[in-house]
Amino acid sequence: MDKDINITLKVWRQKGPKEKGQFETYQLKNINQGTSFLEMLDILNEQLINEGKDPAVFDHDCREGICGMCSLYVNGHPHGPATGATTCQLYMRRFHDGETITIEPWRSAGFPVIRDLMVDRYAYDKIIQAGGFTSVNTGGVPDANAISIPKKDADLAMDAAACIGCGACAAACKNGSAMLFVSAKVSQLALLPQGKVEAARRAKAMVAKMDELGFGNCTNTRACEMECPKNISVSNIARLNREFICAKLKD
Amino acid sequence: MWLLNSSIGKKLIMSITGLFLVFFLLFHLSMNVAAVFSGEAYNMICSLLGANWYAVAATLVLAAGVVIHFVYALLLTLQNRKARGNDRYAINARPKGVEWASQNMLVLGIIIILFMILHFSQFWYKMMFAELMGNHMVTLCDGVTSVSPQDGAAFINYYFHTSSLAALWTVLYVVWYVALWFHLTHGFWSAIQTIGWSNTIWMNRWICISKIVATVICGLFAIITIIFFLNGVGGDCAAACAGL
Amino acid sequence: MTQIDSKIPQGPLAEKWKNYKDHQKLVNPANKRRLDVIVVGTGLAGASAAASLAEMGFNVLNFCIQDSPRRAHSIAAQGGINAAKNYQNDGDSVYRLFYDTIKGGDYRAREANVYRLAEVSNSIIDQCVAQGVPFAREYGGLLDNRSFGGAQVSRTFYARGQTGQQLLLGAYSALSRMIGLNKVKMYTRHEMLDVVKVDGRARGIIARNLITGQIERFSAHAVVVATGGYVNTFFLSTNAMASNGSAAWQCYKKGAYFANPCMVQIHPTCVPVHGDYQSKLTLMSESLRNDGRIWVPKKLEDAKALQAGTKKGKDIPEADRDYYLERRYPAFGNLVPRDVASRAAKERCDAGFGVNNTGLAVFLDFSDAINRLGKEVVKQKYGNLFDMYEEITNDDPYETPMMIYPALHYSMGGLWVDYELQTSIPGLFAIGEANFSDHGANRLGASALMQGLADGYFVLPYTIQNYLSDQIQVPRFSTDLPEFAESEKAIKDRIKKLMSIKGKESVDSIHKKLGHIMWEYIGMARDAEGLKEAIQKLKDLKKEFWTNVFIPGQTEDLNVELEKALRLVDFIEIGTLMAHDALSRAESCGGHFRTEHQTKEGEALRHDDKFMYVSCWEYQGEDKDPVMLKEDLNYEFVVPQTRNYKK
Repeated sequence: MDKDINITLKVWRQKGPKEKGQFETYQLKNINQGTSFLEMLDILNEQLINEGKDPAVFDHDCREGICGMCSLYVNGHPHGPATGATTCQLYMRRFHDGETITIEPWRSAGFPVIRDLMVDRYAYDKIIQAGGFTSVNTGGVPDANAISIPKKDADLAMDAAACIGCGACAAACKNGSAMLFVSAKVSQLALLPQGKVEAARRAKAMVAKMDELGFGNCTNTRACEMECPKNISVSNIARLNREFICAKLKD
Repeated sequence: MWLLNSSIGKKLIMSITGLFLVFFLLFHLSMNVAAVFSGEAYNMICSLLGANWYAVAATLVLAAGVVIHFVYALLLTLQNRKARGNDRYAINARPKGVEWASQNMLVLGIIIILFMILHFSQFWYKMMFAELMGNHMVTLCDGVTSVSPQDGAAFINYYFHTSSLAALWTVLYVVWYVALWFHLTHGFWSAIQTIGWSNTIWMNRWICISKIVATVICGLFAIITIIFFLNGVGGDCAAACAGL
Repeated sequence: MTQIDSKIPQGPLAEKWKNYKDHQKLVNPANKRRLDVIVVGTGLAGASAAASLAEMGFNVLNFCIQDSPRRAHSIAAQGGINAAKNYQNDGDSVYRLFYDTIKGGDYRAREANVYRLAEVSNSIIDQCVAQGVPFAREYGGLLDNRSFGGAQVSRTFYARGQTGQQLLLGAYSALSRMIGLNKVKMYTRHEMLDVVKVDGRARGIIARNLITGQIERFSAHAVVVATGGYVNTFFLSTNAMASNGSAAWQCYKKGAYFANPCMVQIHPTCVPVHGDYQSKLTLMSESLRNDGRIWVPKKLEDAKALQAGTKKGKDIPEADRDYYLERRYPAFGNLVPRDVASRAAKERCDAGFGVNNTGLAVFLDFSDAINRLGKEVVKQKYGNLFDMYEEITNDDPYETPMMIYPALHYSMGGLWVDYELQTSIPGLFAIGEANFSDHGANRLGASALMQGLADGYFVLPYTIQNYLSDQIQVPRFSTDLPEFAESEKAIKDRIKKLMSIKGKESVDSIHKKLGHIMWEYIGMARDAEGLKEAIQKLKDLKKEFWTNVFIPGQTEDLNVELEKALRLVDFIEIGTLMAHDALSRAESCGGHFRTEHQTKEGEALRHDDKFMYVSCWEYQGEDKDPVMLKEDLNYEFVVPQTRNYKK
């Protein structure tokens, strides 16, 4: 049965990208353990508003683990201590009475802080814009069943395509590398005949954009994979390396 | 040039130089194994690897491998620190499934390099380098013992068996192997991963192979060093084993 | 009374769309470059429209409120997308998909629109596959299908439980390609606050930059609104936290008709409400009803014990369980359409048979399926859903039955559009959930994705040209026009007024009150008395809001509370319009159930003689009652019947 608990929150507050931030400490009383983590933050904000203070800003939207908007670094883990779950899928049952919970924003040069716990992840969109697509216009495409695709390949592509673009991979990586994100998209499309046509071009363009945006170099620590809320495998990174190296060797 | 400009290119350089160094370690290991059984055999190899042009060329290639591996490690680490940003997390927790070694490769690498300097000063400097300088006899650090730079067995015997500091050297070398073991457990499969020669099934196999390779290399080096400590070069193998 | 012209092309049903396309006006490539189109929203409809228009050569300005176009709430759709491919050889056809959709919508949708939807459904699947959407496949390498509520064929294409995500990412990738090529200018974290009319035509929007708080002006030759639905009026719904009806509402206030606002869908399988701090409701996929059996106890004392927590679901013996859907609807059983399943759950809970501590939940039981198929098979099929449920509720669905309750999910109503998807304001188009067009009074599962993409990829990019073709001589607009200044001033005044209230209540606490009124009076069951009461209560709430809300922070700054307040202003008004619409429609159909109008068995009772129309509401001014116009629905090809899921 869920109990009510008292907790201490240490929340990162930062006015803007250029300003210096610091932790603020807040006490919350009688939080039911059936509350979701973000609802707990709603309660905190309600409390702050009632005290006439500015609420803590954080990104969130669908609250069912699919939009990729929520992005909190809770007690040393992107998306908190649960595995295979986003912050919004985290419940207060994971915490005990009297616990201090530290909440930080994603920290990576690629994701500058906008305000408090909200960061700018548009860099990921820019990487997709560089090549994360098949160049087909609307209409004039063949019948959906014209090309058969082995189930195994379709399933592997789906595994990679499950990425929600939340940025936990780069946030977890001590190198600030975006390789898991990039490799998931490159893999998804490289595995399908529709995407193979441009696979070489895509791998080169997306890696070039990733480097240009200043993301770090992958050293295969696998922290990204372990913290990924969608369990995207680093075997995708191997595939990206392969695709990229082969593409460059062919040039 | 993509190899130098792109992140994956740079990683590929790390990967290939790293694998090259692993092969060198295997070669070096086979020499040491020979020394356990016969000082003469070891010296024969040493003379082959003396001041011959091919040995010097190979040494230069090897040195280049080490230098490139190390310089790129520094370069990539600096870039990665920049990519991480100036603000650090207040709380860092290593996620389950992340090897400690994988997050400390540079530190491990530096430890390994420091020991390499020791090792070079003890062996290479007094063997190949001395020979290249045209010296026919070198004096070891006790200031008394004098040996031929081609008599590698004598070096081993001196440092690990007869010297008053033999126990210290043995312990230090074992520490070195431990650092090397950690470095290799991650480095080997990571190199394969960077080349792209991996998938969901092979990933775990490579990680396993990586541990085996690291253990074989470092384990044998360590055992051999201890055998040298106990028995000296080409000593009675059975006695050595009993001594363990 | 104004005559409403839906511009349905002449000719037989199956040839209307072809005839339209054959004869519509087009814009030549050189002229397309000179025309700007604003698309608001980046969901399935918005992203696909923006991408397709840009591919054709138009200049597109695209807006979204999230940090990235990939996060629009289409992403959360789980089940699948319908198409009349007949790959399974089970007798499907365009006509059958059309017919099922019309029937599912309880005969309150436009025949020509729905037929076009069914017609283009096949192209959507082709398009998505070409984009690299990893649909589920069979071992032979061909596409797999599953069955869904309200149909007798398997026509639903799916990508695990994340079909919406995969389709959206497909459209997003097409959009990203166009952004990369500078054909689309993307504005993220921008919220549309008004549509600007110049000489009676939509010529631009005013948007608030959510980071800086600046009010910005944008002009174009046409404006497309693809901003989704408005069920967050109810506070608790399955929609995302930021989903809102404000963009559509501002269009309404500028003169666009709002059609069928009372038609909202309540999804039967959601995790029940567990406390008053709850922020949203989580949907459990409808596919669970394929193997789960829904029941409540037969005996009231058992229900009492369950509510008190002294008994658990598994303690109730088989003989004392009431599988009420199987009892009432033997033919369709647990697979009846959503509106029917939701109402049946409410009926049982209202009678006191609810099974959780609030008495507002029913069981969805998998023990039969586990016995029949084995735990492993069940785990393979639904494992991730079960895990999600356990994480939320701390109950293991393999051991004890799941608890579910209906929740607000989708709005069939929306901006009125004609066959060309143009609203009653020339140059203003509405697509996707934001319009009212294709679902009538109830939407079938896996049809929302179909409609969003149909509008965005295959309908709007054609029909908008019919409008733009006579705009080619019109030069680009300056945003210095007095109309823009006026609109901007009105918004700034409204924000200033909001910020100056400095009352005592937070935005959310008032939104919760709104939700309670909506759920109580305009929810699953409505009656004339209650609706009248609701209109009064909403009037009071509006007053309370404007006198007692407290918004911290600055105006020209990132201010989340201000964003929410601006949306809530509109939600309260939308709720009021819903009440008016529900009151005027004295019949029960689809998602709209009036308790005065039901059969003896408690089924919905339509009055086709009086209500065979689309109610189109026209704004009359602040605090004035809106006026309703009717677009009569003429069924030429289908004979409306009473929906029967009993046999």
